[in-house]
Amino acid sequence: MEIDPFIFRLSIFILSIFIGYYVVWSVTPSLHTPLMSVTNAISSVIIVGAIIAGLAGNSQSIFNTSSIFGFLAISLAAINIFGGFLVTQRMLQMYKKKKKDK
Amino acid sequence: MSANLSAIFYLVSGVLFILALRGLSSPETSRQGNFFGILGMIIAITVTFLSIGNFSNGFIYVLIFLLIGGLIGAFIAYKIPMTAMPELVAGFHSLVGLAAVFVAISAFLNPEAFNLGTSGNIKLGSLIEMSIGAAVGAITFSGSIIAFLKLQGIMSGAPITFKGQHPLNAIILISIIILTYLLCSTQSSNFFWILLAVSFIIGFLLIVPIGGADMPVVISMLNSYSGWAAAGIGFTLENSALIITGALVGSSGAILSYIMCKGMNRSFFNVILGGFGATEQSTSSVNKEQKPVKNGNAEDAAFLMKNASSVIIVPGYGMAVAQAQHALREMVDTLKKNEIKVSYAIHPVAGRMPGHMNVLLAEANVPYDEVFELEEINNDFANADVAFVIGANDVTNPVAKTDPQSPIYGMPVLDVEKCKSVLFVKRSLSPGYAGIDNDLFYKENTLMLFADAKKMTEDITKNL
Repeated sequence: MEIDPFIFRLSIFILSIFIGYYVVWSVTPSLHTPLMSVTNAISSVIIVGAIIAGLAGNSQSIFNTSSIFGFLAISLAAINIFGGFLVTQRMLQMYKKKKKDK
Repeated sequence: MSANLSAIFYLVSGVLFILALRGLSSPETSRQGNFFGILGMIIAITVTFLSIGNFSNGFIYVLIFLLIGGLIGAFIAYKIPMTAMPELVAGFHSLVGLAAVFVAISAFLNPEAFNLGTSGNIKLGSLIEMSIGAAVGAITFSGSIIAFLKLQGIMSGAPITFKGQHPLNAIILISIIILTYLLCSTQSSNFFWILLAVSFIIGFLLIVPIGGADMPVVISMLNSYSGWAAAGIGFTLENSALIITGALVGSSGAILSYIMCKGMNRSFFNVILGGFGATEQSTSSVNKEQKPVKNGNAEDAAFLMKNASSVIIVPGYGMAVAQAQHALREMVDTLKKNEIKVSYAIHPVAGRMPGHMNVLLAEANVPYDEVFELEEINNDFANADVAFVIGANDVTNPVAKTDPQSPIYGMPVLDVEKCKSVLFVKRSLSPGYAGIDNDLFYKENTLMLFADAKKMTEDITKNL
């Protein structure tokens, strides 16, 4: 009997939850704000679905209801991706150790 | 590009996202982690383009919309002040939610493009996954909008409760399940739209009754929701990068919510059901006027600190509101010149989001190895000369340790009262968010400094 591919995806999902659990517990509390902004950025990988939706229109009609939602989703996700990674970067630049010469 | 090859690349980007979070285990590795995250995103987007292959005319529009969003995002990222980080994160959550909704709508209207069957005859599994993604996305969106409005101060931070709230929410949640069932059995688009509308409403209703100081929990929870929404869409699209990311973000948000609830010694459901702090105010305000407090000024505070050998600073949300972090840092510089040891004590729920205070102190160039968490520093208060409480209140209240009747009893608090003397910067004697009087105000060794946090800090620096 063949295993439904869904089961494989479910396995990935469950194992990733466990990975997430252990990885996030090891995040130092002082970096919890950057953690939130970076998770924001990476969850916007949903943009891959938006791109598929946006490119789904045929050459006669690039804009149909479905692809318009795709295009809008691309912009929304892109705001998050650029905004999320850049603001995380900006925050992380600020975390500095004590200077030795003080 | 073959489907197998692109699946492998999606897996690679999923792994890079794991490394991005892993990097945050210490500030030294965090920047590298962020780089991994960016790399993972670039791979995922590139592979998507390559796997579609046939770009046709739509490609240029994809780039245009990508660029528009990217520019807006970059602009926000550079302009936003660090004190506004909670609002920003709430706003970003709402966008993830809305993007998930849009992708689900698009997949529902044009299932052929996603290999989900044909319109009106979508595969059952995909339809269920799509409904979950869309519903959770919609809840994330409207919930985050409310959180954003509350944090911005556009909407009152006070909990809004009304009679029959919980039964109403329960009915709506059940109706979501029924609608999903109906949608799957009839494939009718009407049910899909109703499902979305109802999900938007419940997101709104769930966050409205939750008060301002519970925002750390709310933001973490919405963070978690945005992850589950992404995972739901990931299942629909059969995309492992999205499934992995969704699971990571979902569990990350859940853990943060847990940490925040523990920091307040409250159960998750207690926070979610909301309304905390609305009723306490009236009972506690009766007897507080009579008790004497010692009122001080900047000179007294400067005198105390100058003669101290160690000072512990306890920042809270008030510091963020007054934007006092830079002034504080200047004051600490002066103290350090006088050979006074200074450290910072951060309560888990200080501020409006997890890690809020740490970011503000980092912005003001405070080295992160001078900043300590509650467990790390709580024993040091007994040996310190001065505790400087700036903008914090409930998290220092000794009543949490002594009075079983108190609503905050059992909440872990900073042992500020063990210091030889306590300086308390506050605008007035009003109780904190929880509506409970702080015994610390009336202690023998407490000096109240009634002023704006920033102005007071500057004045103290002048007097040092």
